[in-house]
Amino acid sequence: MMKDSKDFNLVIAGVGGQGILTLANIVAEAALIEGYDVKTSELHGLSQRGGPIPCHVRFGKKIYSSIVMEGQADLVVGLEPLEALRVSYYGSKERKTVFVFDTWRIVPSSILTQKEAYPSVKEIENKLKDFSSKAVGLNASEIAKKEAGSVVYTNIYLLGYCVGKKLIPLQKSSIIEAMKKIIPEKYFEMNRKIFELGMKKS
Amino acid sequence: MSLILSNKAGEKAILLGNEAIVRGALESGVGFTSTYPGTPSSEIGDTFAAVAKDAGIYFEYSTNEKVAFEAAVGAALSGVRSLVSFKQFGLNVASDSFMPAMYAGVKAGLVVVVADDPNCWSSGQSEQDSRYYARMAHVPMLEPSDPQECKEFTKLAFELSEKFRMPILIRTTTRVSHTKGIVKFGNVVKGKTTGEFDRNSVRFRSFPPQILETHRELHEKLKKMKEIAERSDLNFVVNENKKSEAGIITFGASFNYVMDSLNMLGLDFPVLKVGTTYPLPESKIKNFIKNLKTVFVVEELEDVIEEKITELAKDANPKIKIYGKDLLPVSGELNVEIVSTALVKITGTKNKIDLGKHFAEFSRLKIPARKPMLCPGCPHRATFYAAKVAAGPDAIYGGDIGCYILGIFPPLETQDFIFSMGANAGIVHGMKKVSASNRKAIIFLGDSTFFHAGIPGIVNILYNKSNPLIIILDNRITAMTGHQPNPSMGVTGMGDSVEEISIENVVKGLGIKNVKTVDPFNVKEMIASIREFLNKDGPSVIIAKKECRLLTVRRARKEGFKLPVFEIDQKKCRKSGVCLDQIGCPAITRENGVYKIEKDLCNGCSLCFQICPNKAIHVAKETKEKVKSEK
Repeated sequence: MMKDSKDFNLVIAGVGGQGILTLANIVAEAALIEGYDVKTSELHGLSQRGGPIPCHVRFGKKIYSSIVMEGQADLVVGLEPLEALRVSYYGSKERKTVFVFDTWRIVPSSILTQKEAYPSVKEIENKLKDFSSKAVGLNASEIAKKEAGSVVYTNIYLLGYCVGKKLIPLQKSSIIEAMKKIIPEKYFEMNRKIFELGMKKS
Repeated sequence: MSLILSNKAGEKAILLGNEAIVRGALESGVGFTSTYPGTPSSEIGDTFAAVAKDAGIYFEYSTNEKVAFEAAVGAALSGVRSLVSFKQFGLNVASDSFMPAMYAGVKAGLVVVVADDPNCWSSGQSEQDSRYYARMAHVPMLEPSDPQECKEFTKLAFELSEKFRMPILIRTTTRVSHTKGIVKFGNVVKGKTTGEFDRNSVRFRSFPPQILETHRELHEKLKKMKEIAERSDLNFVVNENKKSEAGIITFGASFNYVMDSLNMLGLDFPVLKVGTTYPLPESKIKNFIKNLKTVFVVEELEDVIEEKITELAKDANPKIKIYGKDLLPVSGELNVEIVSTALVKITGTKNKIDLGKHFAEFSRLKIPARKPMLCPGCPHRATFYAAKVAAGPDAIYGGDIGCYILGIFPPLETQDFIFSMGANAGIVHGMKKVSASNRKAIIFLGDSTFFHAGIPGIVNILYNKSNPLIIILDNRITAMTGHQPNPSMGVTGMGDSVEEISIENVVKGLGIKNVKTVDPFNVKEMIASIREFLNKDGPSVIIAKKECRLLTVRRARKEGFKLPVFEIDQKKCRKSGVCLDQIGCPAITRENGVYKIEKDLCNGCSLCFQICPNKAIHVAKETKEKVKSEK
């Protein structure tokens, strides 16, 4: 249980179709289970078509705005390295933000056609250090593909990692209960397996 | 059974603001609901679509917002509680009927929900502030701040609508519609779903001079509504008992930024949170500001309320210093950063974190942009490519509203201007009429846009004689807003089968002679057809018919067939760059001069395969034998 005075601020970043909303919904539901006030912010429509879609989750005693303030994220989960870097806006050394991101790169064609450079994962990790107390890159999608046959489980692997490392102040049991509620029954067991793998990585 | 229909009063669930509006309607006994989808309002309709059958109510995706509004009026005039929703531009479309609807009034409650989009997250055309509509239309407007309020305000709107016998407007913004939060349920109420229009009632027969009398009555209604607003707990003061020389007046999503800013800065100014944007609780506001030295009006977009408060202060407290748009932007949405920075300026307190320094560090990062793109395998990409090849760089490429707006970006660049749904047809007609060179021009319209507002423009082209090529991008769905059905699909919003309305038959029926349906994945045929039709004397129509690739991919998964995946033979690739630089497919990458297709992203449309000048692209071996025809 966290102190009442401090809200927990999570930012999830990635590209449309990576399961960002599912991840946000699971954390929000788990926060509700534990009796917190919770809000999430999401964007639909134009922003979904291959654009960046950051999703915010805030929980605590009483939550007003659904959007995390600049520099005030406790945790940033990036499903794509460049998108993790883009939301470094929300991280800061003062807040001791932790970044956890998947190292699989989805290179935007706008970069390619305009001949800009995609920074290396190492560069991204270094840059993130200025906005965090810690930045962890994981080959989550590779593991998801190997263990579950699809990159769609990447989000759940990262969730497992964050819960295992106690980067989200919620009980594992609440997260599992929330997953049961949100993930369709036929996919639940595989998700649970990947979640446990993520936890073990800790 | 959907959570939205749960009948456990007192149960708490996490709902989207838009879903909470639906829940509020269900707790009010709504019987008839309609919409035309548009972000950020779309989930209201989509949620009704998902629950309407189980809830025993009616829902439809109407042809456009004006029709959606009129249908809801019809139901409300017949005694059935109705709700209609759309985005800000939808209210513009509906406005011709919206204005007289206040005069005519209703029998059962009619709630109109309009969702504005400050920051234009999903709105290309303008950053409209729909609050101005309230005054022009004489319609009471309520503005909720969070999902719980979305539900409660909807219920209250139904009550007020029946009390005053007029529609009530609820305005949300993106951050209200697309915020999820905890909502406490009441009981679902089963309302009337059938009713008869009473033609003996003369009330609805608007005509002068009676309409002037009704206009006067409308102002009387608004006066009474104002009295209700003065007493309503939709307008409340936080930190009421704190002695302070400064106070804040705020609305909607801005209220949340104000509260977070005050908490962060350790301030406890009184905050008047107003839920009845029109008419305003003027006495309450006067009372709030009469003993203050400064008041800060926090509102997004235009200074609609600040202007009004300045007027009220002349009477209540002429010496008060009013802050507002001098410290806040008129463009873009607000957030805690902006509001707290303004408060720091007003009070001289210090922010916890040096935002200026932090932002400067962030800005130094120079992160390459990731613009929204047409999906891998999108049929629009193939059509745009063919159009560019056939019509060349000097043709006019008229843009319109839908996923195809994404053709605005390089390398496709086939959206020269974008105004409103269907506007393209009228604008290109005007350009053709004044062009001395008979310049080639193409009008792109989506299937849903064609039915929404495209047809009148096409009729005009035919009747008033110009000869653009109209390409209807028929991807068999309303894609951009989240895959809603439209009249050409043969299925209704409630999932019932109906006869498809054939776009080809409609345009042929109008009398257009040059009409052809082409599969955009047949690149050669598409290029040849566009070339042929661009040289016609009269108007011509090509229907580029191919299912939205996202649907094909989903169907493949469900029906168990595989789509091909393409790969580049590095031995044959001569690095022409055509596959990347001319179509901008997100699945194709170039690193250190090497071109590659990301197999996880490729949706197998074959466009790159067809256009590669060196025939270096082929179906990847591992998928070859599994590929079945996709129809």
